[in-house]
Amino acid sequence: MIAESGHYALVLALGLALIQSIVPIIGARWRDAALMNVARSTALAQLLFVAASFAALVTLHVTSDFSVANVYENSHSLKPLLYKITGVWGNHEGSMLLWVSILALFGGLVAAFGNNLPLSLRAHVLAVQAWVASAFYLFILITSNPFLRIANPPIEGRDLNPVLQDIGLAVHPPMLYLGYVGFSISFSFAVAALLEGKIDAAWARWVRPWTLMAWIFLTLGIAMGSYWAYYELGWGGWWFWDPVENASLMPWLAGTALLHSALVMEKRNALKVWTVLLSILTFSLSLLGTFLVRSGVLTSVHAFATDPTRGVFILLILFVFIGGSLSLYAWRAPTLKQGGLFAPISREGALVLNNLLLTTACATVFIGTLYPLALEVLTGEKISVGAPFFNFTFAPLFVPLLLAVPFGPLLAWKRGDLLGAAQRLMVAGIVALVAIAVVFAWTYGGATLAPLAIGLAAFVIMGALCDLAERIALFRIPLSLSLRRARGLPRATWGTAFAHAGLGVALIGIVCETTWNSEYIGSMKPDDVARVAGYELRLDGLNPRQGPNFREMVAQFTVTRDGEKVSVMTPSKRNFTTRGASTTEAALLTRGASQLYISLGDASADGTIAVRIYHKPLVLMIWWGPVLMAFGGLLSLSDRRLRVGAPKPAKAAARALQAAE
Amino acid sequence: MTLWFVFALMTVAAIFAVLWPLSRRGTDSGGSEVVVYRDQLAEIDRDMASGIIGAAEADAARVEISRRLLAAADQTGREAPVQGSLRLRRAAAVVALVGLPVIASGFYLALGSPRLGDFPLAERSRVADANQPLANLVAQVEAHLEKNPTDGRGWTVLAPVLSRLGRYDDAVRAYRNAITYAGDSADRRADLGEALMGSAGGVVTADAKAEFERAVALNGDDAKANYFLGLAAEQDGRKTDAAALWQKMLAKAPSDAPWRPLVQAALVRVGGTVPDVPAGVSAPALPEGAVAAAKDMSEADRGTMIKGMVDRLATRLKTNGDDVEGWLRLVRAYLVMGERDKAMSALADARQAVANDADRLRQLNEGLKNLGLDG
Repeated sequence: MIAESGHYALVLALGLALIQSIVPIIGARWRDAALMNVARSTALAQLLFVAASFAALVTLHVTSDFSVANVYENSHSLKPLLYKITGVWGNHEGSMLLWVSILALFGGLVAAFGNNLPLSLRAHVLAVQAWVASAFYLFILITSNPFLRIANPPIEGRDLNPVLQDIGLAVHPPMLYLGYVGFSISFSFAVAALLEGKIDAAWARWVRPWTLMAWIFLTLGIAMGSYWAYYELGWGGWWFWDPVENASLMPWLAGTALLHSALVMEKRNALKVWTVLLSILTFSLSLLGTFLVRSGVLTSVHAFATDPTRGVFILLILFVFIGGSLSLYAWRAPTLKQGGLFAPISREGALVLNNLLLTTACATVFIGTLYPLALEVLTGEKISVGAPFFNFTFAPLFVPLLLAVPFGPLLAWKRGDLLGAAQRLMVAGIVALVAIAVVFAWTYGGATLAPLAIGLAAFVIMGALCDLAERIALFRIPLSLSLRRARGLPRATWGTAFAHAGLGVALIGIVCETTWNSEYIGSMKPDDVARVAGYELRLDGLNPRQGPNFREMVAQFTVTRDGEKVSVMTPSKRNFTTRGASTTEAALLTRGASQLYISLGDASADGTIAVRIYHKPLVLMIWWGPVLMAFGGLLSLSDRRLRVGAPKPAKAAARALQAAE
Repeated sequence: MTLWFVFALMTVAAIFAVLWPLSRRGTDSGGSEVVVYRDQLAEIDRDMASGIIGAAEADAARVEISRRLLAAADQTGREAPVQGSLRLRRAAAVVALVGLPVIASGFYLALGSPRLGDFPLAERSRVADANQPLANLVAQVEAHLEKNPTDGRGWTVLAPVLSRLGRYDDAVRAYRNAITYAGDSADRRADLGEALMGSAGGVVTADAKAEFERAVALNGDDAKANYFLGLAAEQDGRKTDAAALWQKMLAKAPSDAPWRPLVQAALVRVGGTVPDVPAGVSAPALPEGAVAAAKDMSEADRGTMIKGMVDRLATRLKTNGDDVEGWLRLVRAYLVMGERDKAMSALADARQAVANDADRLRQLNEGLKNLGLDG
């Protein structure tokens, strides 16, 4: 009964979504309040039914009901409880159900907390949200139904892909989906604005926090996914420019741009039309990511199943929504009222530069990801666009962006003073130069670009601190007064500083890991000693061990440094009988921000085992950076003040102002 | 019944979600632009009070926002007031009352399986019954062994079943575990060898041969191991070795050994002479006299004789299908004569004939497998 009720709840959610797609629009057209309010109650009811449906699927997985095909194909009665639950979205059908659940959650949130939205805007937003939802409900029910049954249920399931049996599956997909799907809100707002033909102040007030929330989740989701790949896949890499990774990076870049332009819009009522376009693009890229990952166009850990009908269906959804919204934009955008004016050198101008660089970076990733696919479809020729392409295109775009980051917050709204900002950044510049000199001297004869990159990172971090110091007038007024001013600073200001500093932190990690990474690859017998970066690792022995649904071979390493025992590391190789697959469980030893990393290869008959040992200096900073960024975002999100950007008053002879768009 | 009741309740709840706002004549007009600008003006005052912005900036901001506020207020004044349209509401209510159940039941009846109850595993293991398919029982034993991998008895029970199900690779592992945890024996080694053969598609590989040799070392009279060693010799092209091995087996074997006909047939295949059968043998492969006679005949005559015998056998089996040995002989004969199609149809007939007798069916399958046909 649980299975069938869950199935029926999903069908009802589709019915409600269809009503929610049409009735509120008609209500807005005829200005009928009751019809417009239907959007609200249906959105909430839809959330209720999808949540019930999702809960039903979770229950089925937990109770190992193998009469449900989805459970049979992806679960196993001996799996630990956590993986039974996470296994719900560790497969195509379940992950799509999670996708629509989150979509319904966001719709429900708009319905529940949208009191201060104008009635017709809310009706339009929820209707657009329901269009997206209806398309995906249909997709799930027709091509990827998680509630299909098996009349003669088998007694045991086929188990979850062993690579996914990890705590990472509990965190990475939900976070990522909260990010991807969160951008549907800004998309719905953008389309609603185009339908209504006007963007009012409430629009901007709403879009920024929702974009910020989605962005926080996406940042954490990508960082988590990268760390998971790092420790689970056993290669010691954390980013491969793999198309699936790019699929998540593109919405992130566009979302970051959107975040900044939404800020300009909320504070200064400028960049309106551009913000609408970015909203559409960001969610379109999220949809594109879903298509790339779910259609089977790409084969990777993420492509759970390849089924052409699914691919065609998602492609159809893609065409309808991206094509439809962009056409709507082309048709209606000219009717939107233009925003305020500002000088090129101003906070607005800096944010426009940010947007230009981020969207260009996003475009290069887009080309690098889709060009090989398009080429293969058109000519059948297979090429692979890898790290070199992205390093050569991405880096030149990010260097000016990072150089500009500290300047932005120091410029005034409407008209800024670049020279003044540069003066205030003097300290950051000096620190950066010192950093370059020190690193260069320390690693003399090594990489030449690395010290420069470290200097750039130092500049970004110090720049963020300079901004704070400037605002609390540090060292210019008594310290106690400065501290009081620091407490009085809006949390959004702190958030900006943290997020920008996070960029620098991540950059340091990336540069250190790629430049000064040392490794040992070889085969070892028990009692052999490997030396990596001043550590001595002795293989004590190999022991077999029985897990709940796997057998593993655990290698024990004693790690010593200068004769002193540091720790014991136990990497292992697991064999999963049901799927006949094996995984490598790397062992990680964290020392400060650096890590020792051991992963096992194949054992040979003479008792030796292939071993890869890496020492990765400051590698953890790669993930601390995004966490810091997300924390900054959270601080800013918690700041419930209205955002008003007070302009710098014009001098007597007003400078020429430039139109915003 | 309960299920349909639950569905009905859910449908009613969904319909209610649509009807509820339609029934309310509330004057919820939502927020408006004017409110946002008023809030912004208040915010500027607060910012100035806490010293975040200076007085000059605050004034500039106030001017900007006031301008927008005026424009917004002007706009709101010109907008048509929110009204109600009874006709539209009625239409929406009808859509909810009719459309929702139609859409929901349409999709659900096409996709759902309302007659199927839940099968949580905990409940099913409690009522494990004899009617469960073999595969389920195997899965249960496998799950048990996954947790208790040192249960030798379990492996011993599981291994032959896996072999019969054609899961030779798993059977090999199971036999190896049985040998490790339940002790070595000639039988198990021979069975292991057979499973290895199975996974190699019926070829006696070096691994399999090594197992048979180990079995013979443990028990020189192990029939299965000896037979397959003979087969190995045959597959290697050493027909005389094979014949010698099998002749030795037959000489030593008790007269009622069930495998006697099989070995005799094999022996005939490699052209060896079947040793004199002790008195009282019930079912020799072919009448001794016939074999002797066949030796002196020309190729064509021999063919005719064999064909005649085979036809007689086939006719007999049509009337009396219980004779498993007979069926096996028939299938083998067709195979030797190169008439694979006939062999296959005979095989199908045989299966049908003994389908109701589990013991005979097992015997038949065993025999067929030895012929290199899928058991």
